Amino acid sequence: MSKGIWIVVEQRNAQIRKVSLELLSQARLIANETGDPLVAVVLGQNIQDLAQEVTSYGADKVILVDNEKLAEYTTGAYTSVLNKLIRKEEPNAVLIGNTAMGKDLAPRLAQRLGVGLASDCTGMEKDDANFLTFKRPIYGGKAFAQVATDAKPVMATIRPNTFPIAAPDAARQAEVVTEAAEIDQDDLRAILKDVIIATSERPELTEAEIIVSGGRAMKGPENFPMLEALADVVGGAVGASRAAVDAGWIDSKFQVGQTGKTVSPILYIACGISGAIQHLAGMSSSKVIVAINKDPEANIFNVADYGIVGDIFEIVPLLTEEIKKLVS
Amino acid sequence: MNIIVVIKQTFDTEAKIAIGSDGQIDATGVSLVINPYDEFAIEEALRIQKKFGGEVTVVSCGGPRSQEAIRTALAMGCDKGVQIDETALESADEYVRAEVLAKAISEMPYDIILGGRIAVDDGSSQVAVRLAEALNIPSVSSVVKLDIENNVATATREIDGGTEIIEVPLPAVITAQKGLNEPRYPTMPGIMKARKKELKVVDPADLGVSGLSAKMKVQNYSLPTPRQGGKKVDGEPAEAARELARLLREEAKVL
Ligand SMILES: Cc1cc2nc3c(=O)[nH]c(=O)nc-3n(C[C@H](O)[C@H](O)[C@H](O)COP(=O)(O)OP(=O)(O)OC[C@H]3O[C@@H](n4cnc5c(N)ncnc54)[C@H](O)[C@@H]3O)c2cc1C
Ligand SMILES: Nc1ncnc2c1ncn2[C@@H]1O[C@H](COP(=O)(O)O)[C@@H](O)[C@H]1O
Repeated sequence: MSKGIWIVVEQRNAQIRKVSLELLSQARLIANETGDPLVAVVLGQNIQDLAQEVTSYGADKVILVDNEKLAEYTTGAYTSVLNKLIRKEEPNAVLIGNTAMGKDLAPRLAQRLGVGLASDCTGMEKDDANFLTFKRPIYGGKAFAQVATDAKPVMATIRPNTFPIAAPDAARQAEVVTEAAEIDQDDLRAILKDVIIATSERPELTEAEIIVSGGRAMKGPENFPMLEALADVVGGAVGASRAAVDAGWIDSKFQVGQTGKTVSPILYIACGISGAIQHLAGMSSSKVIVAINKDPEANIFNVADYGIVGDIFEIVPLLTEEIKKLVS
Repeated sequence: MNIIVVIKQTFDTEAKIAIGSDGQIDATGVSLVINPYDEFAIEEALRIQKKFGGEVTVVSCGGPRSQEAIRTALAMGCDKGVQIDETALESADEYVRAEVLAKAISEMPYDIILGGRIAVDDGSSQVAVRLAEALNIPSVSSVVKLDIENNVATATREIDGGTEIIEVPLPAVITAQKGLNEPRYPTMPGIMKARKKELKVVDPADLGVSGLSAKMKVQNYSLPTPRQGGKKVDGEPAEAARELARLLREEAKVL
């Protein structure tokens, strides 16, 4: 009996993160090839209802760990619980989304288990010698490394928006197991005092399907509503270049680039951004790139699928109107 | 307060990446810098030192050239440097580096360890967190604000769509995210002074670590197919905007 491919499902307030569904969908295809059961592991509080949802996206088995100490993600409690479960069940692979949670949890867990970890992968395939092999961008996407490990479990974090989400199958059935939350005392040293979620109607930058980004050409914070209007017509998020962030026009959490967020939306609209190498590092895995820039020689046009040479203060409002007409 | 900063020397972010005839990433002619996130860590260490006194030690696992990065950190104001000679390791990945760093650091006095959220070369976001685990101390990653009082650190950590506030007893590992501070530049007197500061080179064998080998193996490196510049949509602004919207919907099918 194969030991399974585990997906650590990330949820907040019983809402499953998109990347977890992307992972379930893709791992389902791989599990079909390797013959491993696909196991969704859900940690949290009041999460019983999520079993059906993860099953519909392809899980053969669901492990629920429902405990008040897991209501919010904390490094210690989650590492403790997962370490024990993994040691007990010995899965072949453990896959986690490369989110704020995944980036914090996966290295800690890998170190406790004494295994390797492929971080921020944008490709994952079955490998005869090593079970799985992963493709990961390095040097801000200027190169790729194909990596593998012969130890088990194979662990990886996968970049959001890498894999498509399959259509859910509501009729699918899975075995649902509830496990106790075993947390070591040492893992309770850090105390989560507060979680502050910025109330925003817009999707989170790293999982947005469409991003409208502004650069130095924005001139000031007062002009960002122009980008927000475009973002809102398409249900997208707003991003920025470092020039706009360093000028203090927008918070640094919106910075896209080598020292900001790495994003792979379906559509990235760069408004008044020159296309410096450090900016490209954060967005060159976008599926379609649009550039609006008044300089026809701007580097951004060398990577853009579509470009308009023009003034953003003229083009962006017009584009917003045109798209509004099309999508309504 | 004994403060340790773990830094990695990385390629300049402007660097062009080439693959050599041996199939490895070619570092010839590339200028090397301190990983940008580690500059935030150094700056924070110096601010903590200013408040509480004590010593700031920079530790880096790297080849001979990593001494330049350590010297720069010393020029910024750190007191001592330790280079763990990576060339003496059989192979290195995040696991091996964390193990070696942990061994070296466990022999030093430390109250807090600072590092970067991610190294911009291999982009793995692992080593500093793994180091905390190897030392069996708590960690808070991606920190944008840090306060220390009575041996407890209160850290504001960036999460997707918001922030968290976490309290940890020291010693702990903190990884720096942009926003934590504005790193200072080395000054001329700082650079002069740095030359005389202690920089110790440590052979991993002397740490009593042996038989460590990388868990993750690189099967090969490749370069992305360069993106091609696509269509420029011409015409009067109104016309161009209409045409772009149409192309995005009908041709690219992204709307
Ligand atoms: C270590 C390091 C890390 C870095 N990390 C990042 C990072 O993470 N992210 C990042 O973005 N940058 C980063 N940078 C900075 C990067 O090198 C560039 O300086 C930055 O991306 C420039 O931002 P920009 O394109 O908005 O500004 P600029 O390069 O000044 O470009 C502005 C563009 O707007 C155009 N423009 C002006 N007015 C208008 C108008 N009215 N209509 C249309 N177009 C107009 C101009 O033609 C120009 O092309 C980093 C740099 C270093 C050294
Ligand atoms: N070779 C190294 N020597 C010392 N510190 C390192 C080394 N590699 C990584 N680090 C630290 O760990 C952080 C994360 O690195 P990485 O896991 O490579 O993304 C860096 O910002 C450094 O603070």
